[in-house]
Amino acid sequence: MSATTVDNAGRPFKADRDVAEWKGAYTPYDLVKEFLIALVVVTLLIIGLAVLFGSPDDTPVTVKSWSTTSAFTNPDTGANSPGQVDFAQTAITELDGTSGTATYGPPYNTTTDPGPKLGPLGLQHWAGVHHPINTSEDFVLGPLSTLTGNPQIQSAVTEYRNASPDQQANWNSAYEDAVAKATLVDGKLVVPSGDYGPVGTIISGLTSMATSGALDGSLLSSRQFYGTDYTKPLLFIADGAYLNSLAQAQHLGGDQWGMMNETGSYPGQAWLWLYTLWYQVPAIGNSSNADVYVFAIMIGLTILLALVPMIPGLRSIPRWSRVYRIIWRNYYREAERVGGSGAGTT
Amino acid sequence: MTVTDETPVEPMRPVPTPTASADRPEDAAQWTAKLRHTAVEALPPQQLMPDRQPAYVASWIYVFGVVTIAALVVVIATGLVLAIMGPNWWHSSTTGLFVNSLHLWSVEVFFFAMIIHLWGKFFMAAWRGRRRTTWITGVISFLVSVGAAFTGYLSQQNFDSQWISTQAKDGINSTGAGAIFNVTNFGQMLMWHITLLPLCVLALVGVHVLMVRLRGVVPPFAPEGRADDAEPVGIGNEQTGVEA
Repeated sequence: MSATTVDNAGRPFKADRDVAEWKGAYTPYDLVKEFLIALVVVTLLIIGLAVLFGSPDDTPVTVKSWSTTSAFTNPDTGANSPGQVDFAQTAITELDGTSGTATYGPPYNTTTDPGPKLGPLGLQHWAGVHHPINTSEDFVLGPLSTLTGNPQIQSAVTEYRNASPDQQANWNSAYEDAVAKATLVDGKLVVPSGDYGPVGTIISGLTSMATSGALDGSLLSSRQFYGTDYTKPLLFIADGAYLNSLAQAQHLGGDQWGMMNETGSYPGQAWLWLYTLWYQVPAIGNSSNADVYVFAIMIGLTILLALVPMIPGLRSIPRWSRVYRIIWRNYYREAERVGGSGAGTT
Repeated sequence: MTVTDETPVEPMRPVPTPTASADRPEDAAQWTAKLRHTAVEALPPQQLMPDRQPAYVASWIYVFGVVTIAALVVVIATGLVLAIMGPNWWHSSTTGLFVNSLHLWSVEVFFFAMIIHLWGKFFMAAWRGRRRTTWITGVISFLVSVGAAFTGYLSQQNFDSQWISTQAKDGINSTGAGAIFNVTNFGQMLMWHITLLPLCVLALVGVHVLMVRLRGVVPPFAPEGRADDAEPVGIGNEQTGVEA
């Protein structure tokens, strides 16, 4: 085209933005028929896939199944760990406030850790606490307080609550050292003795609640009869090593491109491949700000994709790539046959 | 009452056709008439449901747009069955598990077709000729569909949804969105999955399809050695599709 050709707004014609009127041939096209054929074929394909492969439905983990599992390989330590021991080791971190949930920060609780930041922007902290969780009370002391028929546990809970923070910290520290060497003997948790005051009774009582299944219900209970918010039990379970060990075995870990995988050999959310790709880049994946970095990158890329038509250079990629020559090969073959008369576009 | 020849009968009034109604001068100010007139003018029936297409619309790549919509129909239909029977049904019923399988595979086919459609349109530079809105609604449809599928995975009530929710919370929370969008709250995720996001997807796909019908299918780039302005007459008007 000549550089002088302009549109009504006085702008020159741009091949990556504008098109000329089609004056070529039109062919019959039965829209309704095409859609119905597509619907039938696609439905049959989907039925075939469903019959052949079905869909996965792996049983969810409960606090009971976690604490009663005979043994599993801890993905963090490589050690073979009985469920009860892992549960007790997790429970003490909930009590002393050192677990992943206890130190998480917003939206669950407040921490001095600034959390993930995007440059100067601490979005997570700015949003504030909206689903408050005090792991010591909500995960340990609160559920034990419901065991009103057990005076020994109630006495331990009262003693712990009435103790000074320093005393609590000393007991917690002593128990944490001891439970690291805990074993399972005849199906019972055995923790080496130590100066941990009521904490031994507290964690032992909570472990009994867990193995009986009572803790699952206690964590789920809310202020109303019907509950659909599983935040507390999910976070408690995720603080332990058991859920992670099952996920690693199912190739669902973050370093296994797990975000786009599904349990078993089923295709998962493959469309999230680019999202999970960034976590495999060491400079991003190893950063404490990885989550917010990846989100920012994906939001930026999505905006770019949506605005491609308005971005000079980016919108020229299709023309430069010449992939369109394959898509419209019949059109260009016809254009060459008639000697460049354009097979219709003018 | 006996009807006799003398009984007065109200004469039948002619059923007004839309065109006749719109043409009545006294009805011209009606909002309904104006809306209908604008809609018919913007998208006449022949354009909404065409029976002919430009000859260049001849490639397998065009199939993936209609396959995406066909898969979406199956997604919605199977989702409706799952919704009618309740979230626990498919965990305990073999029929329910099969419907869940149909739902899963329809989602996989939907995304497979949608992504090929999207990249096909990218390499056709399908935004050319005042088709930017078509492109943008398509990209947003894809984005919202990802959200709809994601909340579906969170609503499965099995090990997969447990793992996905406990992992995804970190990404969502890091943006501050976790304050209102709690991925570990099954009830909230289920409501997003079966009401809010499907409505958004359907609305966006509807607008996208209307835009395709309104602007038509983008023509090819001009062949080499031939200028796009070989026939500059008309560039800049509605028909040529030069950006306004």
